[in-house]
Amino acid sequence: MSSLHERQTASLTRRRFVTGAGLLGAALACPRNLEAVEPPRPATGLIPSAASVFDLSVERVPAPLGGMSVMATGINGTTPMPILHWRQGDEVQIHVTNRLREDTSLHWHGIRLPADMDGVPGLSFGGIKPGETFTYRFPVRQSGTYWYHSHSGGQEQMGMVGALVIDPAEASRHRVDRDYVVLLSDWTDADPMDIVSNLKFDSDYYNFRQRTVGTFVQDARRDGLGATIRDRLTWGGMNMAPTDISDVSGIIYTYLMNGQPPGTGWTGLFAPGERIRLRFINAASMTLFDVRIPGLTMQVVGADGNDVEPVSVDEFRISPAETYDVIVHPREEGPYTVFVQSEDRTGFARGTLAVRDGVLGPVPPMDPRPLRTMTDMGMAGDGHGGMAGMDMPSGGHASSERGEMPGMKMPEHKSPHEKSAPMNMSDDDMGDMDMSDEKPASVAAAPLKKEPPVPLHPGVEVQSIAVTSINRLAEPGAGLEHNGRRVLTYADLRSVRLGEDRRPPSREMTLHLTGNMERFIWGFDGKKFSEAEPIRMMLGERLRLVLINDTMMEHPIHLHGLWSELENGQGEYRPYKHTITVKPGERLSYLVSADTPGLWAFHCHLLYHMDTGMFRTVVVS
Amino acid sequence: MLLQGVVAAHAQHVSTVSTVPVTSVRYVNGIMPTMDRRLYLHAILEQFEARYSGRGGEFRYDGQAWYGTDYDKLWIKSEGTVSTRGQFGGGDHEALYDRAISRYFDFQTGVRLDIDHGPTRAWGAVGVQGLALYFFELSATAYFSDRGAAGRIEGSYDIFLTNRLILQPQVELNLYSNADRARGVGRGASDIDAGLRLRYEWYRKLAPYIAVTYAGTFGQAADMARRDQQVVHDLNVTFGVRTWF
Repeated sequence: MSSLHERQTASLTRRRFVTGAGLLGAALACPRNLEAVEPPRPATGLIPSAASVFDLSVERVPAPLGGMSVMATGINGTTPMPILHWRQGDEVQIHVTNRLREDTSLHWHGIRLPADMDGVPGLSFGGIKPGETFTYRFPVRQSGTYWYHSHSGGQEQMGMVGALVIDPAEASRHRVDRDYVVLLSDWTDADPMDIVSNLKFDSDYYNFRQRTVGTFVQDARRDGLGATIRDRLTWGGMNMAPTDISDVSGIIYTYLMNGQPPGTGWTGLFAPGERIRLRFINAASMTLFDVRIPGLTMQVVGADGNDVEPVSVDEFRISPAETYDVIVHPREEGPYTVFVQSEDRTGFARGTLAVRDGVLGPVPPMDPRPLRTMTDMGMAGDGHGGMAGMDMPSGGHASSERGEMPGMKMPEHKSPHEKSAPMNMSDDDMGDMDMSDEKPASVAAAPLKKEPPVPLHPGVEVQSIAVTSINRLAEPGAGLEHNGRRVLTYADLRSVRLGEDRRPPSREMTLHLTGNMERFIWGFDGKKFSEAEPIRMMLGERLRLVLINDTMMEHPIHLHGLWSELENGQGEYRPYKHTITVKPGERLSYLVSADTPGLWAFHCHLLYHMDTGMFRTVVVS
Repeated sequence: MLLQGVVAAHAQHVSTVSTVPVTSVRYVNGIMPTMDRRLYLHAILEQFEARYSGRGGEFRYDGQAWYGTDYDKLWIKSEGTVSTRGQFGGGDHEALYDRAISRYFDFQTGVRLDIDHGPTRAWGAVGVQGLALYFFELSATAYFSDRGAAGRIEGSYDIFLTNRLILQPQVELNLYSNADRARGVGRGASDIDAGLRLRYEWYRKLAPYIAVTYAGTFGQAADMARRDQQVVHDLNVTFGVRTWF
C-alpha cells in the first residue's frame, strides 16, 4: 500500500496538475433549439439534451494541464470537445467554423453516412480552411456510443476529440438510472510533429523500460544463466525487444478521463442501488487502455456503438477508437475507482463513482507490465506464449499451428511469401470457416474468389513476417492473461441482432499489417500509403477481409463508412465494429458489405502509425 | 575484403519495394490524407569531448546530420581534433547520398574531403551504415582517389546499465592502400580511435559522459609518428557530451 502512495505522489510532482482545468471555458456546443439551457460541460461526462442542429467553433483552447505556452485544439472553448447527443432517424446539421490558422476537419467515427460527409481531407472533402464554415448534413441511421475527432495532422492528439451519443429510435434495451460518457485520452504538451520526428530518429525514444544489465541479472537468477543468454540472443538476433509495448509512453503522456488528469480525475455521482451506464470511448492517439472498477462487475452491453449480449467482466481492454458501453450496479456507497491503466503500465487515468462530490477512492497498484512473447513475433509454433486454453471460436484460421515452422523468417531466406507454408495452408483452410458460420440454408454458397496474396519480403518496410499467425480472439491481450480477473475478449462479443446482410462473402482479400519499428515506417503488405494502390471494392459486394499482423504491436484497424463484422465464432450474430484490434502475430477476419459508394479511409488508429503510412484508401464504386 | 563482405551480406536484403506514387485516385484538392513522405532533419554529435593524458590534451568531435525521406537522404559526416596548440587535425568531412536498402541498413555514396591543417585530399566514398543484428551500430565505407583506396569501419554498442546510464564501447579503424606521408597515413591498418563512454541520458537529446579513449597508429603510420616524435599510443581520460536534435 505504501508503494501506492509513493506512486501517486510521484505522478503528482512529475506533472503539472491543474485540477479541473477541463472545466475552463464555459461556452459549449450550442444546439440552436436549446440555447436558453446551458449544457453540461464535457468534463462532467453528463450527456446534454438531444439536438439536431449544432454550431461548432474549432479554436485554440487552454491545455488540459494548464501552462502558458501550450494550447490545445478544441471546440467552443473546451477539450475534450462537447458531447453531441443525436437521435436515430433525425437529419443532423453541424456547422463547423474554423478559427485556427490551419486547415481543420471533423470526422464522425463509426457513423454510416455519405462519403462526402465523412470529414477526411482529400477523401471526403477539401478540409475546412481558416475562417471558413463547413456544414455537415446527413441522416442518422444508427444509435449507440461513438465519437468524433479531427482528421487533420496532429489535431486529434492536441485535443480535438469528443463523444457522440445517439438515442435509438426504439426504446433503449437497457433501463439505466444514470448515463455517463467516459472519454479516455492521452495528453502531452509535446508537438505531434516532434513526436514523429523523435520516433524516426529513435523508436525507443519514449521507452524508459528497456532491458538492462539489472534485468539480465534478475532473469538469470530466476531462469538460469543459459536460458537468459539464449533469450537475449533470440531477441537480439531479430534486433527487437520484448519491452516494446507502446511507442509513446507515460513519460510524456498524462492519461485523462473526460479531460481530467488522474490527480483527482473525473467523478460520476450515483445513489446506491442505481444502474449506471458508462460509455467508454478511447480517444487516445497512441494508448491502449485496460479498464476496471475494483469492487464492481461490469456488464458489457455495447461495442463500437452496437448492442451485444451482456457479458459480465472485471476488466476489459479498449484500443484507440473503440467504444464499449458497460452497466454497473453499485449497491454500496463506494467510492469506486474507475482505474484505467495504459497497456505499458506507465500511467493511468482515473475516475470515481461516488455518492457526493469531492470523494476519492483508493488507487490500486499498477499491474506488472507485459512483455512481448514469441507468439507475438509470429512464432506461436515453438510452444511459447498464450496458446493455452484457446478455444478457436471461429474455427479455421488457427490452422497455423499446423505450420510447424518454428523460428522467424529472416532476411536471409529470400523465399517468396507464397512458399511460406503456414500462410498458404491457412489460406486453404479458410474454406473451413464457412462451416462455422451458421448460414441460413436458403442462401446458396456463392463461389468465393480469393485475391492472391501479395508476396512479402523482409526489407526497409518489413521488419518481420509472421511465420505462424494464429487466432487470438479468445485471448484478453498482453498483460491481461492469468491475472485472476475475468477479462473481456473479442470472442465474447455476440450481437443481439442477426446480421443485416446474410449473403456469404463473394470475395476474400488478405492484408498483412507490416512495419519496421526501427525505422518507424508502418504500412499494409509492406507498403506505406503513398506507395500503394487503393483497395477497390465493388458497390454492393460482400467481402471478407483477412488481416494478418506481422508486427509485434497491436493495431486497431478502422474502416470508415462501412461496418466491419468480426468473424469471432458467433455465427450470424457477428458483432458489428468500426475498429478492430489485431494482436501481434494474430490472424483474424471480418465481413464487409460495400454498400456506400465513395472514397473511404482504412487505417491503423494509432495516430503515428497512420501518419507514417499505415493507411489505405478504399474505393467503393 | 571486409568491406566487400559487409556489402555482400546486405546486398541480399535489398528490398524491391517500389516507390511509385498513387496516381489512380483523384484526391480532393490534391490533399493526401496522410503525409508519409515527410522530410526529416536530424543531427547528432556523438563525440564532443575533451581528452586529457599525461602529455596534454585535445578536443575531438564526431557528428553526422541527415535530411530527407524514409528512403532518400542527404547525409553529412564530420570529425576532427583540435590540439591544445589550436591545430586542427584528422579532419574528415563527407557529403553522401543515403538510400535505405534493407531492414536496418542504408547504402551511402558521395565524397570525402580531408580538410584540416595538413594537405587537403579528396575521395569518392561508397559504404553501408546501419544496425547489425544484436543491436551493433556499424558503418563501413570504402574511399577511392588517384592516390589509391582507403577504408573505414566504425562500430559501437550500447550496454544499458540502467535505462538512462549507458556504457558504449566504440571503435573506428582506418585502412589505406598507399601511404601518405604528408598526412601521417601509413599503408595497411593505419590508425584506430576507440572509446569506452559512460553517458547519462538525463534527457534523451542531451547526455553528458565520461570516457576512456584511445588513439593509436600502426605499422608505417606508427613509424612516421615516432620519426616526428609524436605519440603512437595515446590513452586519455575524456569528458564530453552527446547531443542530437
